[in-house]
Amino acid sequence: MSDIAIRVEGVSKKYRIGLLQTHNDTLRDAIVSKFNRTTRKMEHGQQDEIWALKDLSFEVHSGEVLGVVGRNGAGKSTLLKILSRVTEPTEGSIEIRGRVGSLLEVGTGFHPELTGRENIYLNGAILGMKRHEIIDKFDDIVDFSEVGQFIDTPVKRYSSGMYLRLAFAVAAHLEPEILVVDEVLAVGDAEFQRKCLGKMSDVAQQGRTVLFVSHNMSAILRLTQETIVLEKGKMLMRSPSPKAVDYYLSSGFSQMGERTWTSDEVPASASPFLPLAVRVKNTKGRTIDNLRSTESFCLEFEYDLKSAITGLRVGVYLLSTRGELVFTSFDTDENDLYEKYPSRSAGHYFSRCVIPADLLNEGRFVVGVNASSFRVKRYFQDEQALTFTVDAAGAPGMQWPEPRLGPIRPRIQWTIERIRK
Amino acid sequence: MTELPTILIRPTKGWAALNLKDLWLYRELVYFLTWRDIKVRYKQAALGITWAVLQPLLTMVIFSFIFGNLAKLPSDGIPYPLFSYAAILPWQLFSSALQRSSVSLVGNANLLTKIYFPRLIIPFSAVMSSLVDFGIAFLIMIGLMIYYQVWPTLMTLWVIPLTLLTLITALAVSLWLSALNVLYRDVQHMIPFLLQFWMYASPVAYSAELIPPGVWTVIYGLNPMTGVIQGFRWALLGTEPPGILLAISIVIVIILLISGLFYFRRMEKTFADMV
Repeated sequence: MSDIAIRVEGVSKKYRIGLLQTHNDTLRDAIVSKFNRTTRKMEHGQQDEIWALKDLSFEVHSGEVLGVVGRNGAGKSTLLKILSRVTEPTEGSIEIRGRVGSLLEVGTGFHPELTGRENIYLNGAILGMKRHEIIDKFDDIVDFSEVGQFIDTPVKRYSSGMYLRLAFAVAAHLEPEILVVDEVLAVGDAEFQRKCLGKMSDVAQQGRTVLFVSHNMSAILRLTQETIVLEKGKMLMRSPSPKAVDYYLSSGFSQMGERTWTSDEVPASASPFLPLAVRVKNTKGRTIDNLRSTESFCLEFEYDLKSAITGLRVGVYLLSTRGELVFTSFDTDENDLYEKYPSRSAGHYFSRCVIPADLLNEGRFVVGVNASSFRVKRYFQDEQALTFTVDAAGAPGMQWPEPRLGPIRPRIQWTIERIRK
Repeated sequence: MTELPTILIRPTKGWAALNLKDLWLYRELVYFLTWRDIKVRYKQAALGITWAVLQPLLTMVIFSFIFGNLAKLPSDGIPYPLFSYAAILPWQLFSSALQRSSVSLVGNANLLTKIYFPRLIIPFSAVMSSLVDFGIAFLIMIGLMIYYQVWPTLMTLWVIPLTLLTLITALAVSLWLSALNVLYRDVQHMIPFLLQFWMYASPVAYSAELIPPGVWTVIYGLNPMTGVIQGFRWALLGTEPPGILLAISIVIVIILLISGLFYFRRMEKTFADMV
């Protein structure tokens, strides 16, 4: 098993920010910026360029399942795009042995007006399957997707769940030697995700090479043996997955129970929402990283609104480091606040919530944040804004020195009643 | 153990090789994308495929009324409806192929940014999908010929290479326009105007005989559609053969096609980042 399936050597990818954010979409812009470019260059040097990947080198043996983790903007998607030949590297070279199939996004190339059957053929061809392959696998695809009776209905009439299942079913029946997977599991209900993960581990067990990018640490731990950690386009480490995941979750985050954002870390799409900081605070108002299960604590999200947003809700996710979601909560969940803030005007805000005592189990937790208008727009999201550690001293059941499973360890009222014989 | 194909990915500098072999390897995708475009075109339109008949037919009726009846333009001794329809046929093929193909890259941006395949497939299949409408419109031509009692001859078979030339012309121009449209969306605003101008610069509504001979004919012949349209009239209705006009057209189209292919290939690597 020593043959190399993918060899990446010194790969870099440069984007001009001018191209990414302010498209020269019209001739007028192009002419104007032609004139401006000479003057701008003299002022700022080469600052309007960013390196999405910088001098990346690694090898993947055939049959290996390699995880790739990193924050948003670390270069994961760029790497996958280069591997699947959607875009070219600026420098360096990659050698790939075998056909590459990419699941960069399920449902790419689906046409809403076409029926499920027609979309299976179309999507299969787009993903690189030959016609006879699609015909051979057609029944399997339909079975897997569970949309059997609607197979001749246009997919625009499908529920979003059916649509996803069908799209994933087609993609899952690709049989390339090398499979590149990006966040396909981030969508769909729990049942569907389980099915996808099952399919993914089948693929891995068939001895095919898989490059798997995910924010879902439990999926990474389950499916991969080794993981590389990317940060700002560079590879920070490559090691067995448990070690890499632990490193990823604890690195890059402040150890002080606070995560702040500078304006260049926030994508332009977040505007007019500008996240400033998330903090974990104890009952005395001190920002801390390590807290006790028996004490309540406060999660504080500080942000600016550059202009008013209607229907904004700001919330937190709490996740265990195994990737399990513990809960999701928004600041306008309660009816009185919901009615008080139908819209938020421009200004500087704090949204705070108190997590009650005697709730969490010991271990490390990840706080994610989200700012969105329901069904309108997601302004900002960071699934791993910061981590904190909970100490279980004094929590129920500590008289037995055994680890308690599960992310929560609530103090529950028990009664014991003895019925006299 | 079978030897796996090795792919080498590295930055291409400057002008890329055309790599037309790739296009052949992906021929099934050309087929499916063409089929998708045809299938989707008239979905949820009450008249459906009838539009493919109505568009050229109504254009012919309007032309016949304005240019034939009111302006009384000469039509080389052929009934005006027949005369104009024989030109509308290739013109509409050209204009719909060009229109679809020029915006095809931007319209398929979701594919460009997600999946690898030779990008040439997209404008190519957009051009091909216009053939179905042409086929249907051609049936009307046959009907008109029967009505006016113009009988096909062996010459009529020239329609096949001429149709091919129309498609290649449309492809050649849209290789330039579709790649430019990725960079500058002005292109898609310009196309309706360009096509209108181009139609008046081609002998669709009038006869090429109206052009004064000499220098003007040569300039007029630089428009590749002139030769094509004159060729169609010659093959279907037996008018003067296009001769030198067609020869000029073919040369122009070959130049456009080759330069278009190279320009497209050069721009190709930036599509996913720019679109």
